[in-house]
Amino acid sequence: MHIEFSVNGERREVDLPPMTRLLDALREHLDLTGAKEGCGEGECGACSVILDGEVVCSCLVPVVQVAGASVRTVEGLARAGELDSIQASFLKHGAAQCGICTPGFLVAARDLLDRNPHPTPDQARDALAGNLCRCTGYQAIVDAVVHAEAVRE
Amino acid sequence: MKNIGIGVPRGDGVAKVTGKAIYVDDLHPDGCWHGATVRASCAHARIVKIERDPAFDWTDVVIVTARDIPGENVIALITDDQPCLADGVVRHVEEAVALVAAPERERALDAARHVRITYEPLPVLIDPEQSIGSPIRIYGENNVFKQITIRRGDPPTVGRVVRGVYHVGHQEQLYLEPQGMIASARTDAGLTLIGSLQCPYYVLKALKRLLGHDRVNVVQATTGGGFGGKEDYPSMIAAHAALLCLKAGRPVKMIYRRDEDIRATTKRHPARVSIESLVAPDGRLLSWKADILMDGGAYNTLSPVVISRGLLHATGPYACPHVELSGAVVATHSPPNGAFRGFGAPQTLFAAERHMDRIARELGRSPLEIRRLNLYRDGDVTVTGQTLYDVGGAAVLEEALAAAEAPLPAVAAQPGEGGASWRSGRGLALAFHGCGFTGNGEAWLKGKAALELRDSKLHILTGATEIGQGAETIFTQIVAEELGISLDRVEVARHDTAEVPDSGPTVASRTTMVVGAVVQETARRMRAALQAETGSTSRDFDTLLAARTVDSPLRTDHTYEPDPNLVWDEHRYSGDAYPTFGWSCGIVDLDVDEDTGVVRYRRFVSATDVGRAINPVLAIGQLEGGALQALGWATLEEVVRDDVGRVRSDRVTTYIIPTSVDSPQMVTRLVEIPYAGGPFGAKGIGEIPMDGPAAAVAAAIEEALGVVLDRLPMTPERVVAEMNVALSERSF
Ligand code: FES
Ligand code: FES
Repeated sequence: MHIEFSVNGERREVDLPPMTRLLDALREHLDLTGAKEGCGEGECGACSVILDGEVVCSCLVPVVQVAGASVRTVEGLARAGELDSIQASFLKHGAAQCGICTPGFLVAARDLLDRNPHPTPDQARDALAGNLCRCTGYQAIVDAVVHAEAVRE
Repeated sequence: MKNIGIGVPRGDGVAKVTGKAIYVDDLHPDGCWHGATVRASCAHARIVKIERDPAFDWTDVVIVTARDIPGENVIALITDDQPCLADGVVRHVEEAVALVAAPERERALDAARHVRITYEPLPVLIDPEQSIGSPIRIYGENNVFKQITIRRGDPPTVGRVVRGVYHVGHQEQLYLEPQGMIASARTDAGLTLIGSLQCPYYVLKALKRLLGHDRVNVVQATTGGGFGGKEDYPSMIAAHAALLCLKAGRPVKMIYRRDEDIRATTKRHPARVSIESLVAPDGRLLSWKADILMDGGAYNTLSPVVISRGLLHATGPYACPHVELSGAVVATHSPPNGAFRGFGAPQTLFAAERHMDRIARELGRSPLEIRRLNLYRDGDVTVTGQTLYDVGGAAVLEEALAAAEAPLPAVAAQPGEGGASWRSGRGLALAFHGCGFTGNGEAWLKGKAALELRDSKLHILTGATEIGQGAETIFTQIVAEELGISLDRVEVARHDTAEVPDSGPTVASRTTMVVGAVVQETARRMRAALQAETGSTSRDFDTLLAARTVDSPLRTDHTYEPDPNLVWDEHRYSGDAYPTFGWSCGIVDLDVDEDTGVVRYRRFVSATDVGRAINPVLAIGQLEGGALQALGWATLEEVVRDDVGRVRSDRVTTYIIPTSVDSPQMVTRLVEIPYAGGPFGAKGIGEIPMDGPAAAVAAAIEEALGVVLDRLPMTPERVVAEMNVALSERSF
């Protein structure tokens, strides 16, 4: 099936069976390997992307569902070589260790910050509850999100 | 110091936050096929035959069995008991019997389901308590992988007896990136393995035996967490990928699905620890006897070293004049257990800390007072006769207590929380952890590293891997500081066994402290080599570079030199068990619902003696990440198995690890009591955060509800069950 959609502001097209997972379409057919597979069943958030302004697990989304839609992945956060404030904040606070969960967290955090640029720690924890991290203990991630705007300033 | 004690951003950070870091599953070599594993369906059986389902279309599928192994059918580690593929007999339900590869992953998984194996069942032994002396023989004469006894001092004649029995369950590492490996052919008819792993030289050693030649190299891809789980198992998956690659004549990639990864790979050893102590009326320890039983599973893997470390930590961080420790790790028909952060110590330290609480309870004294009284101090002697120096026990205790005085953060109660049935509690636990390998391990390993000067950049060559902990960043900080240059002039070379020397495995809290010291010495030698070459006596690196007349590459190598003051007798288990110890104190505040047994963490305060924090941001990251793994183990993480040892909690929905809302606010203090043998005073810190928190949680629940919990994990069901027991006892 021929499917067109926008990825990180660019028009992309794929020819794939309609039930192909969006995660596989991105990773195997569009060469965007930033989103990761941690569980394959919507529980770890490593595959998170923003689909039309909403964070989704791309391992649960059939590619047919994104026809005409707009997808944002971790590769689309930095612009013109400049890191997004949440990326810079992750570096500063040590919020990425092994890094396998990081693309998913960044996407979910970006989505939160777009709606609420100054979240409290509890709001950050709530917004990131769909993403698992086994390395950091979350405190550094929460700090990075809460202080992301300060990093920009 | 310009580069030490500073939280410089990690060197691989930009790649990781932009999605550009390449993990094994991000690689797609041309023509690559996908591999899958056919696993046993019984815990112990003779293999009668292996057949292909005639109804299945086998075009484009290759199958590998033990007969296809060119060299020895063994995954070489401490002993050679574990085969790469079962040959004749299977000894646990997840044992690999055959392998298949096909052009697509789904097709490979489908083909694996159509390999028919006929078994003749044999008697099964799952309970470790039944293992020793069982007529069902799994390993050696008596099913014991390793038994150790250590004694010190004369038994006292008086004192109050306090006895307790403590149990801990399995724990799954649950690194977020499942195990994965790609094998491809080299032009010299050899193989290259690239994958997610901690110890490239372990994989290399195993592959050489399997292939029967040494035309093989192992490359580490960016690795998405390990925690010990990628210490020995990658040798298995690499061996499987290698065999499929040989048979298919093309690259083969094996990536485990999460459920397969949870079921088949190694776990923390479950343990039973029985402690009997004698105490003076004031709470001083007079005697401490501990007996430990661990379940090793069907093969030896790293079990002998796990029981050893467990035993050496079984007194807790407390001085005692008479100690008797005995421990055994035994065989069962279960998937083998292996390395997990802490490596036996979290099991025995949980028991020791719970036992200190029991002593306090029975004597009617405060747990804090009992600990202060008995805590190791400089000059105290351990069970192996090691005199302790650089002891941070008292310092971390007081630092954590001070930090915990700050008011608790207000918590936004989750739905259903904070009602009348919720109780608050605080618990404290201490830990110590031997840094580096036990005894003569480091002397025997002889970890190597090298430094190469090329195009006025310095390249660190080491087999010690970056697995998220920040090792590469720390190595560059050490070299930059030693030579007085900026960080951007130092790089860490790719971990390819064809290029980097064997620095020993990335385990045992040894990378910064032991390998870091070797790396530091390569930098010193680089300066000396430049001085010799140029005839200059300057210590300034750039002056020396400018004085060079040739621009040829320059390399310095160094091998770990054991401290001659450390003496260890392997047979008598006496002497200096570890070069030094790290020390830690954790204090947890939690709420627990007395109706449901659900625990909600509010804050976890800790203070840890790290010797010297080369990079405080990375150090705190290790301490907080490790602490949360322990808090998860305490209340959420339960490996549920059926009666043949198959793991039923094989998904992230059934094996629950903490999310951001399950986790406490973390307050992490660093205490620095330097160890002269570590680079700039650094001690190893990778494992110590795993050691204490579970016992602190048990103490906090005890304070909140008045129930004594001596078994991990303390799931809501178990908390409620213990409360019911306590209630029924009270009503008599
Ligand atoms: S891989 Fe999609 S949620 Fe885990
Ligand atoms: S950084 Fe490793 S899982 Fe989050």
